[in-house]
Amino acid sequence: MLKKILVVSAIVLTLGASSSFAQGKLSIYHWFEYIPQELLNKFSEETGIEVTMDTYDSNETLLANLKAGKLGSFDVAVPGDYMVSIMNSEGLLDEIQPGELSNMGNIQSQWMDVSFDPGRKYSIPYQWGSTSFSVSRDVFGGDIRTMGIIFDPPDELKGKINVLDSQGEVIAMASLYLGIPQCTSDRDQLQALDELLQGAKENWASFNSDGAKDVLVSGDAAVGMIWNGFGAKARAEGANIEYSYPREGLVVWMDNVVLLKDAPNRENALKFMDFLLEPENIAAVTNYARYSAGVEGVDEFLDADLKSQPESVPPADAPAGSFVEPCDEEVQVVYNQIWTRVKQ
Amino acid sequence: MEPVYHQKRAFDPLRTWLLLPSWVVIGVFLLIPVGLMLLISFMTKEFRGGVIWELSLAAYDQFLFDRGLFGDDPPTIQWTYIVIFLRSIVQATIATIFCLIIGFPTAYFIATRDPKNRTFWIFLVTVPYWVNLLIRTVSLKFLIRDNGPINEFLLSFGLLSEPLGLINTNIAVQLGLFYSYLPFMVLPIYASVERFNFTYSEAAADLYADKWSTLRRIVFPNVVPGIAAGCILVFIPSLGAFIAPDLLGGAKNFMIGSLIEEQFKGNAGNWPFGAAASMILLTMVLIALLLYTRQQAKGEVR
Repeated sequence: MLKKILVVSAIVLTLGASSSFAQGKLSIYHWFEYIPQELLNKFSEETGIEVTMDTYDSNETLLANLKAGKLGSFDVAVPGDYMVSIMNSEGLLDEIQPGELSNMGNIQSQWMDVSFDPGRKYSIPYQWGSTSFSVSRDVFGGDIRTMGIIFDPPDELKGKINVLDSQGEVIAMASLYLGIPQCTSDRDQLQALDELLQGAKENWASFNSDGAKDVLVSGDAAVGMIWNGFGAKARAEGANIEYSYPREGLVVWMDNVVLLKDAPNRENALKFMDFLLEPENIAAVTNYARYSAGVEGVDEFLDADLKSQPESVPPADAPAGSFVEPCDEEVQVVYNQIWTRVKQ
Repeated sequence: MEPVYHQKRAFDPLRTWLLLPSWVVIGVFLLIPVGLMLLISFMTKEFRGGVIWELSLAAYDQFLFDRGLFGDDPPTIQWTYIVIFLRSIVQATIATIFCLIIGFPTAYFIATRDPKNRTFWIFLVTVPYWVNLLIRTVSLKFLIRDNGPINEFLLSFGLLSEPLGLINTNIAVQLGLFYSYLPFMVLPIYASVERFNFTYSEAAADLYADKWSTLRRIVFPNVVPGIAAGCILVFIPSLGAFIAPDLLGGAKNFMIGSLIEEQFKGNAGNWPFGAAASMILLTMVLIALLLYTRQQAKGEVR
């Protein structure tokens, strides 16, 4: 929404020594607040490539903008798991040929053969983490390990909840809360999903993704649905909040760097992907964004406090994570209806 | 009258050519985009954004009829979008009224200053608008939020026991719209009042009209065109606004602008429906403007 305007104006131009011997350009389409500027500078210094970046605030915005004509103006993007498979089925991705990336071997084995990109033909890991919510301990002292905090909140939290403006994650979370499978086509279950969200919306203050951290820091929201690293940053900025690992389940995600079809600077894009597979470089992203990397050998470059960060270390009894699943058209149409009704 | 006539005839042969740039601009920036929009609104939607070039009325059907969550109930009237449109109209109307209440006295004040100083006052009105709309809206958000300076000031002086709770409400949206479009009200009214011949109101005063009657019966009728222009300039952009509802309203309640945006950039990815909603909005505005111009024309004849 308005974020997109913020976003488009957030063009990062790397100047300095590098531009004097420009080795071409690289155009990145990336999430907001997700890569340190120093790392982009470092890439420019090492390669002489001039980097420009535009940002988006949801996987759906990324897809919509690429389909609306931005394909061909960007070299790489950073879609989440389910969006990698959607973008692939939409023909928006370029295949990475074997041998084109010399650091491919650095990828941790559990992230090599993933359901959204078997064999890693189109993507490399960027960061992974979970989507849950943080609760202000100044406002609420009770049990937060239930999604009821979001969907059926206690009185003291009503009207103080910020929810990510992200259909996929909200509906996935609601499905976990109800104990129904994602992308279900069962009518009773979809009906229940609709009713749950209709009822819950009354208790929500706002939908905001790029402000999800700020509303917690400022205290405008007492509960904020949030990505784990973003929640850790909110805590680091002074919010007295605790990240929840709900017993009903945990939404997990992995963002991935993909090579876009018709990339104007394909060679430079591959150089950038190789650069991000270097443990030292991707560790800089992790230190900045407070998520986790999917590359071997990052540990020695990570900040010491990351290892004990509660947002990254689930309790022993935390449930297994579930990725957001891409639904087929029939179910997606119903999801869109439900979402429109929520925001009506 | 003579010189005007001559001038007109002198340019006659050239007229078509002189008008050409305007026609090109209108064609390229108005007719073609709107035509394209109309066309897309009658096409079939493609899953996850885009269009299939097959004729379909599905977009308008979706707007008008509710076929239940699964699309196979018997059709009833679709209230969802009507509610969104009505909400937008109400919000835009309230914002326009606010702008008029504040804008008219402001414009009147400026227009009645010493001519040398008027430019300065106009300059003051426009200063905040040198800054991008988005930045201004974000600033307003910081100002009015529960832990923002306004609430903290009122709370610390004991004027309030609870924060005002303005943020994420319809009132915040109206405030945002009012703030965004106020100069569009002030400037046309100022232009009208400035042109008003104040000897008329002096004459009215000489005939024992009190100040209120003078304002209502002499000044007001003469500046109506400015007021109408101001109202149109505030109302129409407010109707399609999406920055204010998104930032100040917490993106909780769609206005028309956010509904349309969602079709192209959000989850829905339904271009024909977005185009159809835009066409319906366009038609509504067009009808309102036509009614207004007919009213104006009648008034002039009288």
